[in-house]
Amino acid sequence: MSPNDSGYIKKDLPDNLFNVGGILLVVGLILGVAGFLVDSYRASFAYLVSFIFFLSIVVGSLFLVALEYAANADWSTPFRRVSEFLAAGLPLLLILAIPLMFNTGSLFQWSHADYIHSDKMLEAKSAYLNTPFFMVRVFAIILIWFFFYTLIIKNSRKQDETSNQLLTKRNITLSVIFIPVFAITITLVAVDWIMSLESKWFSTIFGVYLFAGVAWSSLAALTLASIKLKEKGFLHPAIKEDHYYSLGTLMFAFTAFWGYIAFSQYMLIWYGNLPEETFWFMQRWEGGWKIISILLIVTHFIVPFFYLLSYQSKTDLKKLKFISIWILCVHFLDIYWLIMPSMSKNDHAYSLSWIDFVFPFVFVGVLLIVFKKVAEKINLVPVGDPKLKRGLDFHL
Amino acid sequence: MADNKLYCVSALFDTPDKIINAARKTTEAGYKKFDVNTPYPVHGMDRAMGMGQSKIGYVTLFFGLSGAVFIFLFMWWTFASSYNIVVGGKPFLSAPAFIPITFETTVLFAAISTFVGMIAVFFKLPHNSHPLHDTDYMKAVSGDKFGLVIEADDEQFNRDRVTDFLKNLGAYKVADVYIPEKETYKLFSSGFVIFLIILAVVTSAATYITLNKLMYVVPFSWMEVQDKLNAQEESDIFADGKGMRLPVEGTVARGELPYPFYGQPNPPEVLSNPTLPTKKVLELGKRKFLTFCSPCHGNFAQGESRLHGQFPTGPTLVSSKINNYPDGMIYHIITNGQNVMPSYMHQINREERWAIVDYVRVLQRAQNPSQSDIQEVKKESSSNVAK
Repeated sequence: MSPNDSGYIKKDLPDNLFNVGGILLVVGLILGVAGFLVDSYRASFAYLVSFIFFLSIVVGSLFLVALEYAANADWSTPFRRVSEFLAAGLPLLLILAIPLMFNTGSLFQWSHADYIHSDKMLEAKSAYLNTPFFMVRVFAIILIWFFFYTLIIKNSRKQDETSNQLLTKRNITLSVIFIPVFAITITLVAVDWIMSLESKWFSTIFGVYLFAGVAWSSLAALTLASIKLKEKGFLHPAIKEDHYYSLGTLMFAFTAFWGYIAFSQYMLIWYGNLPEETFWFMQRWEGGWKIISILLIVTHFIVPFFYLLSYQSKTDLKKLKFISIWILCVHFLDIYWLIMPSMSKNDHAYSLSWIDFVFPFVFVGVLLIVFKKVAEKINLVPVGDPKLKRGLDFHL
Repeated sequence: MADNKLYCVSALFDTPDKIINAARKTTEAGYKKFDVNTPYPVHGMDRAMGMGQSKIGYVTLFFGLSGAVFIFLFMWWTFASSYNIVVGGKPFLSAPAFIPITFETTVLFAAISTFVGMIAVFFKLPHNSHPLHDTDYMKAVSGDKFGLVIEADDEQFNRDRVTDFLKNLGAYKVADVYIPEKETYKLFSSGFVIFLIILAVVTSAATYITLNKLMYVVPFSWMEVQDKLNAQEESDIFADGKGMRLPVEGTVARGELPYPFYGQPNPPEVLSNPTLPTKKVLELGKRKFLTFCSPCHGNFAQGESRLHGQFPTGPTLVSSKINNYPDGMIYHIITNGQNVMPSYMHQINREERWAIVDYVRVLQRAQNPSQSDIQEVKKESSSNVAK
């Protein structure tokens, strides 16, 4: 099928996207640098929150692309490019991780030798938790992702011109390899970046917990972006409510999945009642954190669950747009809740600060600019994909 | 068959596209009572048939939520209200422990109610037959064909017009389906059913009487039934109906001499120590002290304990006040309790209590040594070095 057969007409995304992204980025950068100058300890934690949020969306989007290939799904083919564009920020992780590399001293207690030697348990862990190995892991993981991203995306784009079915086959193989690699690497990310903030805490389900949020938020990002594009008429005209309904059901599924995993983690620790595990939850049940913990249960599980339960909310694009924005905000709250309570040690008491909210500007700005940049050259619909026709014909 | 009432006109199609198109056209033509049968779910059929959203979801939601509420209240009743059991040291009403069961029951109720609701309400359950059963049409749509029927009950129904209409839609076969004669089964006639019921009652009664009255022999090896009362068992022998009895008043068990000053905060006189501080006694005292006394008084009886700050702090036992107590007074406090300290009469037996007193004396002496004690220790340690 030649590109023209699909009925897709490429339109340039408005320059506005670039401008808004640029303004957000510049404002965020200025405030962020100010934040680091005012209180670098706090700013490094705040930066980490936004970094993980950004990482969730870019890697999660790559995961969704791989999932589509691995499951041989055709309904999501018309949306695949949106996920690919969202994943395009992935190579930037290499640069965006650098500010954190300079602040491992603030973030991680285990990076201080005297702290390590205060405890036998930490000494035993120091074979894994030490700064050089940490840095190696961080960059190795990003490079592995980058490797798969490059190959999968290259094949996908080449198909726009050649319509070669073999490329789909090659991408299926790549995706099937990528998914277990992703499972391991996202677990390592969860352990390295978030769990090790409390050097002595451990929870074996923690990687799955982060993954649930990653898949959830990248689905929400995909839904939000594709609804916006659909409203402005950039997507393929044949995309119907039924496609969005399927996105809605997936978001619903991951809402329940997150609830299941989050509760599994909590219940085992609660039941075991061992001080070396429970302190992590106790931190999040003290003072103002108690309110945020309860808020998280309500906003992360109860509200989206009942909101997405009905058929109407999944087919009405306005309602779906609302909940996808909601999900993105709540995922940010989730990461905030995971990371920030660990800040209040070494006499740094926790209190809300403006620094916590400047870095999201940077990362949202980066996402928008990258999206616009990539969309300039590449079609928003994979016109050469053999599954596209079936995907467009999809109905419930 | 020609005498029977016409049920519907049926049409068979070759492909899913044709059946979708046919369903759409039939809806557009204004037919209300028509149905489509396909060998597998055809996507887009609901919309083509002009069907609205299924209401089954509300049944699922209602029963799912009732399942959650029911099982949560049930667990609250059994665990926290009717018969309290401590599980894992948690509160009786501990919601996190109840959530997995609540979740499972929600799913169970939702799934079963959806299934039963669908069969009972939407398939009109007691009807176990349908005019389309056992027809060539049904055989075809259970294989590889796609069928559409327009029922005779429809307001616009006209046999010839409907037949033409379906043929024009591209059906490869159009046929009439008649309502079959109502079949009657002799098996279900009332006389036979009554006979079955009587037979069942008579057989059961005969079996019961034979096995339990006529042929009943008490098996001699039936050891689980014995003429004795088990713990907690009821008994008619005693006026209060309880099988478990208290000992006769004034009974003294062996080794359980009653303590004469029990309940007196300041007894006028105390017992004297019947034990000698032998190594064996002191080891027993140490073990019991560490188990029962150290949580509050500390391992060295200095009042610095694990529970410090969480519980009324136990006083030091090495003060001069307690140094000057007679042995019997310390024994009295262990036995009787003092202030917030409860009586340990029932946890620690008499011999062990005296052993604790001896061990407390050792701790006191270790922390307030006399000049001669120090010299003794020095001598001992230097002699150790010499060896």
